[in-house]
Amino acid sequence: MSLSDARRSLAFRRARGVLADIGRFAVMLATTYLGLIAVTFFIGRVVPVDPVLAIVGDRAPMAVVERIREEMGFNLPLWQQFLIYLRQALTGDFGISVLTTHPVMEDIIRVFPATLELATVGTLIGAGLGVPLGVLAAVRRGSIADQVVRIVGLIGYSVPIFWLGLLSLLLFYAKLKWVAYPGRLDVAYEYTFTPITGLYLVDAAWTGQWDVLWDAFRHIILPGALLGYFSLAYISRMTRSFMLNELGQEYIVAARAKGLSERRIIWVHALRNAAVPLTTVVALSYAGLLEGSVLTETVFSWPGIGLYITNSLQNADMNAVLGGTIVIGTVFIAINLLSDLLYRMLDPRTHAK
Amino acid sequence: MTAPSTPSAAGWRDWLLTAEPRSRGQARLGRAYVTWRRFSENRLAVTGLLIILVLVLVAAFAAFLAPHSATVGDLAGARLKPPGTPGFLLGTDDLGRDILSRLIYGSRITLAVVALVAVIAAPVGLLIGTVAGFAGGYIDAALMRVTDIFLAFPKLILALAFVAALGPGIENAVIAIALTSWPPYARLARAETLGVRNSDYIAAVRLMGASPARIVVRHIMPMCLSSLIVRVTLDMAGIILTAAGLGFLGLGAQPPLPEWGAMIASGRRFILDQWWVATMPGIAILIVSLGFNLLGDGLRDALDPREAGR
Repeated sequence: MSLSDARRSLAFRRARGVLADIGRFAVMLATTYLGLIAVTFFIGRVVPVDPVLAIVGDRAPMAVVERIREEMGFNLPLWQQFLIYLRQALTGDFGISVLTTHPVMEDIIRVFPATLELATVGTLIGAGLGVPLGVLAAVRRGSIADQVVRIVGLIGYSVPIFWLGLLSLLLFYAKLKWVAYPGRLDVAYEYTFTPITGLYLVDAAWTGQWDVLWDAFRHIILPGALLGYFSLAYISRMTRSFMLNELGQEYIVAARAKGLSERRIIWVHALRNAAVPLTTVVALSYAGLLEGSVLTETVFSWPGIGLYITNSLQNADMNAVLGGTIVIGTVFIAINLLSDLLYRMLDPRTHAK
Repeated sequence: MTAPSTPSAAGWRDWLLTAEPRSRGQARLGRAYVTWRRFSENRLAVTGLLIILVLVLVAAFAAFLAPHSATVGDLAGARLKPPGTPGFLLGTDDLGRDILSRLIYGSRITLAVVALVAVIAAPVGLLIGTVAGFAGGYIDAALMRVTDIFLAFPKLILALAFVAALGPGIENAVIAIALTSWPPYARLARAETLGVRNSDYIAAVRLMGASPARIVVRHIMPMCLSSLIVRVTLDMAGIILTAAGLGFLGLGAQPPLPEWGAMIASGRRFILDQWWVATMPGIAILIVSLGFNLLGDGLRDALDPREAGR
């Protein structure tokens, strides 16, 4: 068999491996998603004693209760209710929000870009600082720098993020006046600026409104930095661990014996190998930030999906809560599976079967 | 060498570290001693242990330590006093309650939440993981599917949704957090089980006629315990933060309970002028969850030297 044949058959095997992976992931995605919907159904319909009373309140007349019970299909057997619920959830119909009187899905589409923007800024900060810090800690293992990175990370794991948010607002907004007050934009821009994608930083730069861009930046930098610190703690720790693993390998000894510079060994040889599991870590922390923004958004009045869910919670708006839960759960599952898939594609060793 | 009749410190050490223990008890004590030596070398880990011990003592003797009541304040004379006011070391809140006393009593709530979640979630995860790993086949596939579904959920959001359905309150917060905490334990226990299920000692017990239930409970579960304990300890910081987050959103402990997260929420209104009301409980949360993290890190390094320093 010639070399090109061997190469072609290898490429074929690899493609088939990826296809099989995708098939397996599709099955996993389907069952996990079904589980997600089943659990939210359970939370919304089975746990409350009477979901109708939860909607109309316990002072409504009996006739109204019965009418709504029939309108909403709560008089049907539970399995039929579940099938209806499943069909609605799959078509993105989560009902009407009691609080905003809009369909829940419409609300979520409106608020989701805010969360996405915040989580993206957070991940960029977290990965941009966390990876170099982790590499530094691994290379200078046991040094003062290593200890400092470790302590900074440990505090990031241990600090209540909403409390840190409040204190940082007190310091940077109220006392130093470095950043803007909670929210996404100043009131002055709130009515003149029409977003295109909903990601204000992108929109403002796209349309060349530099004053808006600066204002949006002054609003996002503090919550973004907080979320970034949160993910930095995780990313730097994992980077350190992966790098220590790689630096102990024999190919590093070989590279040193060849006389390569230490910088090249660390940043090119070792980091490139550590980068494969790191992509998964960064993806997971991104998914974590989408979720973790619930508390941050509450503190910074950031009109994203987290604030939407907590506002709905406080007003017993169950449709909105469950719809938001399903949407965040969907994004979470999708990122998890994608990162898994990415890992398999990046690491050639997982194809050898 | 037998156990020395007049044990000196050095004699005891030799007895503990001997390579040929005479009894099971001696071997176990020796293992524990080695682990403890490795653990106590780690200054950060010992700090973590001390923090947790202090927390437990404070919670146990709250009634003796607290200078004031945690729920009844001096509305007329002591509203929003700054830290350092005589009699109110950490200041008072808007209802004239001593913040230090509230923190001291709040340690009971924090400890109770952590302990209850651990007591509910860890055994559930252990049981599911060991059974799945030992049984294999369809049982394994089904149990792990369920585990993955729960694992795929964003934790805080799921806990929020549960509390929304169950109604706010500390008990429901505990249930919600426990429901979202067990899957990693199941995964861990399954991995450990797969590591030992084909080993010779399991085959030997099976030949002696032990039932599967006995094998799982007596011979597999103990092998999973040390890594499970490490994982639970490391998770405790996360549990504290989730409980505090729920309290902050008004879904955890309800007033007038001195729960630390709820205290931060109530101090939020005065953060600009009376910063201490929200700051003090946050420091308490930070110290305690830092303690659990340090302790968990130290335990992992001591129990699993392969992973030390990672």
